[in-house]
Amino acid sequence: MQPFTKLTGIAAPLPRANVDTDQIIPARFLKAITRQGFGRHLFANFRYREDGSENPDFVLNQEPYRRAEILIAFENFGCGSSREHAPWALLDFGIRCVIAPSFADIFHNNCFKNGILPVRLPREVCEKLMEDARMGGNARLTVDLERQVVVRPNGEEIPFEVDPLRRHLLLNGLDDIGQTLQHAAAIDAFEARQRAQQPWLYA
Amino acid sequence: MSERKPRTLFDKIWDAHVVETLPDGTALLYIDLHLTHEVTTPQAFDGLRAAGRKVRRPEATLAVVDHNIATDESRRTGITDPESRLQVETLERNVREFGVPYIPLLDERQGIVHVIGPELGRSLPGMTIVCGDSHTSTHGALGALAFGIGTSEVEHVLATQTLLQKPARNMRVLVEGNLAFGCTAKDIILAIIGRIGTAGGTGHVIEYAGDAIRALDMAGRMTVCNMSIEAGARAGMIAPDETTFEYIRRTPFGPKGEQLERALAWWRTLPSDPGARFDKEVRLAAHEIAPQITWGTNPEAVVPITGTVPDPEDEPDEAKRAQMRRMLDYMGLTPGQRLTDLKVDVVFIGSCTNSRIEDIRAAAAIARGRKVAEGVRAMVVPGSGLVKKQAEAEGLDRILREAGFEWREPGCSMCLGMNPDKLKPGQRCASTSNRNFEGRQGPGGRTHLVSPAMAAAAAIAGRFVDVRDYQPREAL
Repeated sequence: MQPFTKLTGIAAPLPRANVDTDQIIPARFLKAITRQGFGRHLFANFRYREDGSENPDFVLNQEPYRRAEILIAFENFGCGSSREHAPWALLDFGIRCVIAPSFADIFHNNCFKNGILPVRLPREVCEKLMEDARMGGNARLTVDLERQVVVRPNGEEIPFEVDPLRRHLLLNGLDDIGQTLQHAAAIDAFEARQRAQQPWLYA
Repeated sequence: MSERKPRTLFDKIWDAHVVETLPDGTALLYIDLHLTHEVTTPQAFDGLRAAGRKVRRPEATLAVVDHNIATDESRRTGITDPESRLQVETLERNVREFGVPYIPLLDERQGIVHVIGPELGRSLPGMTIVCGDSHTSTHGALGALAFGIGTSEVEHVLATQTLLQKPARNMRVLVEGNLAFGCTAKDIILAIIGRIGTAGGTGHVIEYAGDAIRALDMAGRMTVCNMSIEAGARAGMIAPDETTFEYIRRTPFGPKGEQLERALAWWRTLPSDPGARFDKEVRLAAHEIAPQITWGTNPEAVVPITGTVPDPEDEPDEAKRAQMRRMLDYMGLTPGQRLTDLKVDVVFIGSCTNSRIEDIRAAAAIARGRKVAEGVRAMVVPGSGLVKKQAEAEGLDRILREAGFEWREPGCSMCLGMNPDKLKPGQRCASTSNRNFEGRQGPGGRTHLVSPAMAAAAAIAGRFVDVRDYQPREAL
């Protein structure tokens, strides 16, 4: 996993609440068996018209947002299914950070597993950042995970909270399976105890 | 002995599965059952292979194909869509290589993962159950802690049989009194989501309680828990009771004999203690719940069938007003329109929410002796091969076919449009599934979520109707 430390880039405004995972990547594109290549299907139902051509009204089809690395949206971003294809599609498109007032739990979790930083900020702050994002290429945002601040184009710093363990894993690009396997003895002991107490789980 | 702090059902299952607590409070949580399917696992097995890791407990894992398979006869002659075929073949190769038990496409036990887990007796009270699918919350109906995970976590569970988790908060939804005639579990859960909203349960595990929940059969309880995720909750659960135990006794792989007695002794200690603390509590009066129908593009956009399409101008919040306008535009609706004036093009009875034998009986009771309206395509997709077999033994397939419904093979089907069962742009669908998101059932498709009885009645009438005015012509 690519570490996330500090990112300065173009932010795309998506002023919608309840952006669900079927919007982020429709189910018909979930048939691939690798993690790559989902970027072209990101927001497919918004980005493309019925004949397959680009919809010029959608923000990610406009300059400079084709190169966006940050996405700003409203409440409950990523609600719906557990598909990790949603963060894979964002990442493959080039988005490394999503800022919104709230996120759905599974999506929020899936982001951290893929080097994407989801930042929770109050609605009124997201509205300000949305205004910044509308200024396009003239207004880059900086997201600094080490210092836990978002820096607006005018220099204003907005602090954000992040779970310390997740921050550590993201800053260092660590995969957590290796870490968990260091607890193998404890898992063995748990299984031995459970097998004695609840033998039907091992029948 | 000191008094122990009263605990909730969730607390008890959580506590029984903590392997270790890390310094920051994150728990290493043991997972008893891992259900897997073709869509969210290929990348996880690849990860294991790349790292030279094994599946820690293949026998605590079960694989089945359900999402992108055809639900017509064509499945018997091989999968035609090359991408779908590759995904199914990849799962088959992975289960062989890693020794994971697998139910193949043409096995009579094949079905939707959230139907077969309980039906086979693999999902049990007190368990922790995960699957790379958000509707894993379904299994909470048995009194288990069951939740959806992403593919990275699927790989983590395959390799370690554990997950890194922070404890959730406790929420209780009490549905008190008796459900009115013609109303079902689906109406209960839609009414709950309408009340608390699509993010009302975020960060929480919901325990459903109260007389109306106790009175539900297991299929109804699964319908309720299934849609917990549509309220944003991590999981939904219902305390196990005699209804649960009776259901488990009839399953092929549930514990038997002395094992069952030992299990029952533990399961009976699971219900929340009196005085257990819930961080949030919501109460609904069951008798006030009418048959529900969604009008918008998320499940909280729901009204009673007697209601009308809401007017965005009545909404004080500007952002919500804009969202409502977009929903109305997408759904092709105007404020004030009566839901019963809406014609339907397609009727879909199926999905992990409503495809169990009880759901099919409810649909057949309405369809018996009647005909699907002209121009309406209506399909019934049983949740599993065993449900299909039972329905056929009861003659339900004949009733439904005679009425003009298509009788299909088990799978996820039109719930998410990954297989050929899709809506065309602009088509309006009465669906018993769980999500009415834009494009969910096919690009441009317009989904209205309803109960199986409401969907069957819509198929007959050719438009949405109040099922209470549309009762079965004769007892089934």
